[in-house]
Amino acid sequence: MDDRFDLGGVAFGSRLILGTGGASSLQSLEQALLAGGAELVTVALRRIDPDAPAGLLEVLERCGVRLLPNTAGCYTAADAVRTAHLARDAFETDWIKLEVIGDDRTLLPDAVELLRAAERLVGDGFTVLPYTTDDPVLARRLADLGCAAVMPAGAPIGSGLGVSNPHHIRLIREAVRCPVILDAGIGTASDAALAMELGCDAVLLASAVTRAADPVAMATAMRHAVIAGRLAAQAGRIPLRHHALASTKPEGLASW
Amino acid sequence: MITVLVNDVPRPAERDETVAELLAVLEVPRRGVAVAVNGEVVRRADWPAHRLTDGDRVEVLTAAQGG
Repeated sequence: MDDRFDLGGVAFGSRLILGTGGASSLQSLEQALLAGGAELVTVALRRIDPDAPAGLLEVLERCGVRLLPNTAGCYTAADAVRTAHLARDAFETDWIKLEVIGDDRTLLPDAVELLRAAERLVGDGFTVLPYTTDDPVLARRLADLGCAAVMPAGAPIGSGLGVSNPHHIRLIREAVRCPVILDAGIGTASDAALAMELGCDAVLLASAVTRAADPVAMATAMRHAVIAGRLAAQAGRIPLRHHALASTKPEGLASW
Repeated sequence: MITVLVNDVPRPAERDETVAELLAVLEVPRRGVAVAVNGEVVRRADWPAHRLTDGDRVEVLTAAQGG
């Protein structure tokens, strides 16, 4: 089946985007990335640490994935824009997962700062993938600015609560023409499948895999869940009914 | 000698030392690294020409695991 996912002018075979945060080791991360089959993988930018294990970039290169740097930890548009420019210089990519956090308890985005940063970065030539709330109006504003996709949170980062407002995710899919990527909140495979069934073009997750007891098994589950959800979304599901509809015809029933 | 702050840690540096020279002293890999001085991005192409002055705050950043 040829069902390529077009994002920022690049065609991807996989609709599962994986984050690298939370993995207990680079070896565990590499195995999970390969099991998940992701072609686009997020990285953060942090102060160089002589004591930290080196080799993250080498692992990602071995996996053959495209890098998606993020602006995690930024609370203002100015910080996020500066971080994006640093990431462009470090990783030689114009792609940026734009995060502008507004609250350290929920890690939900600050809508005002997010719009400001998105406008600046689109103007600076970046392929901007904003992490946003599940607000359809904000998603449309981001799309109108020229973002390459919108990435609504299903639930707070790392919460594993799944898709807390499926109705809004569906409304976002209707509100924008660009790809919709469910980002954050995924806990298990059924959450990822639901996001795809709601019409999302892809799913981005990290903790659900990296912090699972068996990251390789969960990455494999996520790969299948995204494929299953995508297929189901396109397959034309049966309508919901309040009463049964027999699948076996009543005619020809034996008479005793 | 001058003193610069590298990721908040004071370090001695030669007068007019460049960003490229500082990174060489620190044995920082060239790949996957970005630098800001006093909050302004110093692009890779400018590392050999950008001279540090006393009290400069230098951020040296690299890839880290993150969602």
